[in-house]
Amino acid sequence: MNAIELKGVSVRYRAEKVRSLKELVVRGLRPNRPFFYSLRSVTLAIANGESVGIIGSNGAGKSTLLRVAAGIIQPSEGVAIGRGSIVPLMELGTGFEAELSGRENILFNGALLGRTRAQMRAQMDAIIEFSGIEPFVDAPIRTYSTGMIARLAFSIATAVDAETILLDEILAVGDAAFRERCDERIRTFVREGRTVVLVSHDTDAVLTLCRRTLWLSHGEIAGDGRSEDVIREYETHRTDAG
Amino acid sequence: MIVQDQERHNVAGASLRAWDEIHDLAAHANLLIELVHRDLTVRYKRSIFGFLWTLLHPLLLMAIFTVVFSHLFRRETPHYETYFLSAYIAWNFFSQTVTNAMASVAWNGPLMKRVRVPRSIFTLSSIVSGLVNLVLSMLALLVIMLIVRAPLFPSLLFVPISLLIVGIFTLGVSLTLTALSVFFADVREMVQAGLPALLYMTPVIYPVSIVPASFRWIVDWNPLTYLIEIVRAPIYDGHLPDPRTTIAALAISLISLLSGWLIFRRLAPSFEGRL
Repeated sequence: MNAIELKGVSVRYRAEKVRSLKELVVRGLRPNRPFFYSLRSVTLAIANGESVGIIGSNGAGKSTLLRVAAGIIQPSEGVAIGRGSIVPLMELGTGFEAELSGRENILFNGALLGRTRAQMRAQMDAIIEFSGIEPFVDAPIRTYSTGMIARLAFSIATAVDAETILLDEILAVGDAAFRERCDERIRTFVREGRTVVLVSHDTDAVLTLCRRTLWLSHGEIAGDGRSEDVIREYETHRTDAG
Repeated sequence: MIVQDQERHNVAGASLRAWDEIHDLAAHANLLIELVHRDLTVRYKRSIFGFLWTLLHPLLLMAIFTVVFSHLFRRETPHYETYFLSAYIAWNFFSQTVTNAMASVAWNGPLMKRVRVPRSIFTLSSIVSGLVNLVLSMLALLVIMLIVRAPLFPSLLFVPISLLIVGIFTLGVSLTLTALSVFFADVREMVQAGLPALLYMTPVIYPVSIVPASFRWIVDWNPLTYLIEIVRAPIYDGHLPDPRTTIAALAISLISLLSGWLIFRRLAPSFEGRL
């Protein structure tokens, strides 16, 4: 069974956006503006229990791919299927309310991920313990450091009982000790037969955590296979280009 | 958008059927509660009076309007404070909710990019928060009526139905305006400028009887006139609103909800990239 399937998925935007009525009047009558493709005819399948890294330069479509997989955005063309419960952990600090305390934010974040208060309360202590924010858990989030927020976000996303977890560049923030614990938790995830998709610029992290790697370039798949092979190819390519 | 069927598959790419959309919203009921809770608590978290501001704000306005206008309209409207507040509280719900709903979609734009939630849930949470405030304000009005010894009528029991109709109308308008405001920032400004004008086109502050015949059509064609009337009649006039007015208000609400929902549904898939 596949956790995620994309069939001929493209995501495109109008390169120019109408932002005001004035612009609409001035520009609206012109012929269609060109499309910008964030993803172009991507077809792939990620099986249950796979750990897949996604690499590629900025703007290659990595985050868009995760969003399509998570069902957050609709492809302009093609079909995206995600099976089971999928928890996306996207850029930092989203889903946190600055004025609410850490504890309240755990409940709020859980609701965003489709969990009930009771489910979150049951996980509360484990989340607080793992994130290491114990002394500040009742202070408003606005007083937290970036690293603390990252730790809390990771703890919540990995504590809710998801079959698939999508991580977008989240490991870059915490300190070395926390990163080690994150890596360990991701490995546990994989051992338990869950699916992990990890977007990262850190090819070493991808190499150690993911058996399979996808290389995206200009919205298309440039490489897909064993992490060692794809990363070697990606790095050669990068050196050649630079 | 995304269909989540019994086998728990997320399928993006297929358009959402009406029933699935309702189902999807129901599945996120828990999030709705959290959003409303957040709306109601966060806003006043750092203020001393906190939640009381929800009540203090209309009370202060009432004091101003009552002092300014009660002498002017004394002959037409005894117990002007009840006359004014019964309508103004409903008006305030409408204008505040529409404004909040548009702000809420703009605010939660980043959230919509990072988690999969039905996009209308933020509009819906604004309505629910507004309704909570509306009910509290109505209770405050009841207390005021007791204090000033305004007559209390059995027709008050009809008020919840009136508020529900006003709520449906407001939901429809909010859906339309939030969807449009995502595409045109101007919509928010236009609404901000238009709401005060609309207030004076609706018999909230003044009695209908003082409107000159030549301007009467403005009041007659204003849908809010009917919505305000069905709230005010059972509170102030002491009888059920005229059946024709009630039917008109109900029809307006349902048309508003249907068109708002259709517009939102049509535009929501293109929100991405504009939030």
